[in-house]
Amino acid sequence: MACLCPLVLSAQTDTIKIEQLKEVQIKANRLLQLQSSATPVQLLFGSELKRMNSLSVADAIRYFSGVQIKDYGGIGGLKTINVRSMGSNHTAVFYDGVQLGNAQNGQIDLGRYSLDNIEEISLYSGQKNDLLMPARGFASASSLYLKTPFPKFEVGKSRNVRVSLKAGSFGLLNPAFNFDQKIGKLALNINAELTNANGKYKYRYTNSVYDTTVVRHNADIFSKRVEGALYGVTADSSKWHVKIYNYNSERGIPGAVVANRYDFTQRQWDDNFFLQSSFQSRTDKKYQILANIKYAYDFTRYLDPDRVSLAGPLNNKYTQQEWYFSLAQEYSLTNFWNVSFSTDYIRQGLDANLYDFAYPTRQTGLVAMASKLHWPKFNVQANVLATFVNDEVESNIPAGNKAEYTPTVMASWKPFSEADFRVRAFYKSIFRMPTFNDLYYTFIGNSNLDPEYTNQYNLGLTYSKTIQNKNLVSFSVQADGYFNKVRNKIVAVPTLTLFRWTMLNLDKVEIKGFETNIQTVWRFGEVNAQAKLNYTYEQALDKTPTGFSYNMQIPYIPLHSGSLTLAGDYKSFGLNYSYIYTGERYSQKANIPVNYVKPWYTHDLSLQYAFKQAKVNYRLATEINNLFNQYYDVVLNYPMPGRNFRITLIANFN
Amino acid sequence: MNKLKKSAKLLLLVGLTSILWSCRKDDGIVPEEQEQLPGQTITAVNGLYVLNEGNWGAGRASLDYYDYASGIYRRNIHGQINPDATLGLGDVGNDIKIYGSKMYIVVNGSNKVEILNVKTAQKIGEVDLTNCRYVTFHKNKAYVTAYEGVVAVIDTASLKLDTKINVGQQPEEMAVIGEKLYVANSGGYNAPNYERTISVIDLVTNREIKKIDVGINLHRLRVDQYGDIYVTSRGDYGAVKSAIYVVDSKTETVKKKLDIEVSNFVIDKDFAYVISTAWSNATQSETISYGKINVKDETILSGGFITDGTQTDITKPYGIAVDPLSSDIYVTDARDYVTPGTLNCYDKTGKRKFSVTTGDIPAHLVFYTK
Repeated sequence: MACLCPLVLSAQTDTIKIEQLKEVQIKANRLLQLQSSATPVQLLFGSELKRMNSLSVADAIRYFSGVQIKDYGGIGGLKTINVRSMGSNHTAVFYDGVQLGNAQNGQIDLGRYSLDNIEEISLYSGQKNDLLMPARGFASASSLYLKTPFPKFEVGKSRNVRVSLKAGSFGLLNPAFNFDQKIGKLALNINAELTNANGKYKYRYTNSVYDTTVVRHNADIFSKRVEGALYGVTADSSKWHVKIYNYNSERGIPGAVVANRYDFTQRQWDDNFFLQSSFQSRTDKKYQILANIKYAYDFTRYLDPDRVSLAGPLNNKYTQQEWYFSLAQEYSLTNFWNVSFSTDYIRQGLDANLYDFAYPTRQTGLVAMASKLHWPKFNVQANVLATFVNDEVESNIPAGNKAEYTPTVMASWKPFSEADFRVRAFYKSIFRMPTFNDLYYTFIGNSNLDPEYTNQYNLGLTYSKTIQNKNLVSFSVQADGYFNKVRNKIVAVPTLTLFRWTMLNLDKVEIKGFETNIQTVWRFGEVNAQAKLNYTYEQALDKTPTGFSYNMQIPYIPLHSGSLTLAGDYKSFGLNYSYIYTGERYSQKANIPVNYVKPWYTHDLSLQYAFKQAKVNYRLATEINNLFNQYYDVVLNYPMPGRNFRITLIANFN
Repeated sequence: MNKLKKSAKLLLLVGLTSILWSCRKDDGIVPEEQEQLPGQTITAVNGLYVLNEGNWGAGRASLDYYDYASGIYRRNIHGQINPDATLGLGDVGNDIKIYGSKMYIVVNGSNKVEILNVKTAQKIGEVDLTNCRYVTFHKNKAYVTAYEGVVAVIDTASLKLDTKINVGQQPEEMAVIGEKLYVANSGGYNAPNYERTISVIDLVTNREIKKIDVGINLHRLRVDQYGDIYVTSRGDYGAVKSAIYVVDSKTETVKKKLDIEVSNFVIDKDFAYVISTAWSNATQSETISYGKINVKDETILSGGFITDGTQTDITKPYGIAVDPLSSDIYVTDARDYVTPGTLNCYDKTGKRKFSVTTGDIPAHLVFYTK
């Protein structure tokens, strides 16, 4: 297990070696957790993440199985995750353990989360296999955890400085700065980044008679991100941290490319701010607590100069605020039996300059009770989540009170003592609340909506093997079959004309899927190599009895999708190749020829070189993405970039 | 040995890639589809063009044609006939009308009016017009409303934009009586301060000469054989319900308000055929109704115009037209807007003759006459 991870920075100096060993150790532990988890986990960690051809979290998680990224193209285009075809509103995204909330539309744009300050991305189907976590951790169909790095200092040092610059296609210029400082027993981190791009790229549409190549316009972005964190340890070894975050951006919103329409004027401004703090007691105690508190402020302004009324162009402003308090407690009853009790309180409000707006405020109380029995060969966990929601509005009709009780059961079994082979299963029933837009959007919203429910059944196995003195160093495989049901799915339904829609709990979807990840680590003399293969099969059928697409595959879900990643390191050089395949699918509900969307697949290549000069560690990386210049749409009429390049230089002063 | 494994891996990679490569079909033209329907007695009408709007942003406007003589229904004909038109007909086909040998299609989301040869459906021209809505004709000019508050005048010979006439906010349908053009203004972008007028345009000077106060959020506008203008008000989607106003074109004043919910209607000789979808937030349901109005004395007749009970097969009545000779009634069903709809034909006694699958959101119908 100890030699699992080939690294970008191969042994050049002792300090790098130490860093590597640390990371290998951490990674080995994380992989062990991953193998024994009763719910499927996929993980990208440390150097593996650094070497990928990725700018944002959205780029990186495309390599996960069971995941579809809805990508509107370019650097500034909206990118959301859809896990196991249940819809993007069913995946909660956690940033350093606290959920990123969006009561307005439930969407988290993962294109906005830069990898510059992310150390680990983990995706849990169902939920994390933990007891001590906020009640929100129990409250969604799948969870994506983003973790920023904890400052690490070399012996005798109390400061790290990292400066980096990325540049490339689309007029990208992306400088970033990271600063770690030890102050007594405290550690301070400041991380800042600027992203500027004109967003221009060529795309091509052809039917073999017409063949049109156009430059994507109005896809520019300018964003600033600043994060600061202070980490501390109390006298009794409890950990705490305070984190402050601000993301500020202006971008063009490129629209759907249709006949005679290639240019757009719509713009959007965002300002996202949060302050959060976390406290966790020592992990070896019989009684442990984890407390979190957060305040978030999110402002969005959308300008449509094409839509002019007597008051001028459409200029919508939305302000969302959230308060969050969470306390989780875990108690070890015996050496094989733990129980936990988590309570969360969330208050969310939305303000908008829309006509006849409701000004909703939502209060949510979550109570999760969990129990886990664990022995080396077998563990089983069960929990019940109680959700209490109250909506109030200043005008129109509020959705009122709701109370829901939802269970989860999960188990993992290791039948043999020798082989690292495990069988796992989980059942989870959960729902998503209708968003403020679903309920209260002027004209469209419908306050009578019920929650959208999901039921998940999963059966899988994991196997891993470490081999001594062979080229194949280790081998691990995860394979899961699953069955998901979505009912009361909230869909937009037309009422009078194309202008007038309303939201209804209408659709039913049944998803049968199979996903597998195979990871291998190889060593050939001085070359360390890694190969990863992900494959997903998904049949996601519309089961709406009153609909017109009964038993048809739902839009944008391919039957087959997968990815392949090959990585190799030799001395100071690292090479990474990745391939993504998304099979044929349909852009609308009816599975008919006019709605057919071709498969797409891209090849990405990157080369990195690490060197040291004047006590500064440098890393230089060059990337070619979409090597064979394939033109494709992920979302119909939102063209993706063809071949593009990036170059990155990172300097570490420590 | 190591090299061997490496190359074996490479081989596997190449193999895998080429398998996946072969899955991508060539870009091609989606061919039209044909269905055999009952033929019609040949009169002066050759057939019926059906314009499907397609959902917003989908670029899925499409054209169908029902040929009366052969009874063949041809679905999605534009792509195959005009393979060189980049990205096809475009986004949201909002109106279709025929003038002389040319057919005009107003493509709202594509900001253009596309002009086709009515016989072959071959594209012969295109006029750019932002947020264009509806078209009508008079003396070799095409008049097209656009949401920026204008009526654009297009020369039907040169297919070039002549001028733009200022009218109210977000104008919709129009009709010509004598040398005057009557334009329904909606003011849809100014909710709740909707427009409530019909703009009267003098077609000699191309100027708005008057505004007739009618009701809020006007939309459909048709003229009967007695010189009355029938104009619909969409209401405010809340307390103010939709209705039809009758305006006397001689006095240019509102003559009567007909309290009948309406989303679309058509006038044929002495009757107006009305379809409506009304949504109630209170009951979470929509009420669909089919009504008939006697335009001679402006009275609402009891009962609908479909008499055999087959209206229950329609989810969302959307477009309506009446064959000027046979008086057969055509009603389109837009269903859920995101799947193909249907075209339903009823004889003049209201009995269904056939039903056929169309493109997405079949909405606008025009008869191709000899």
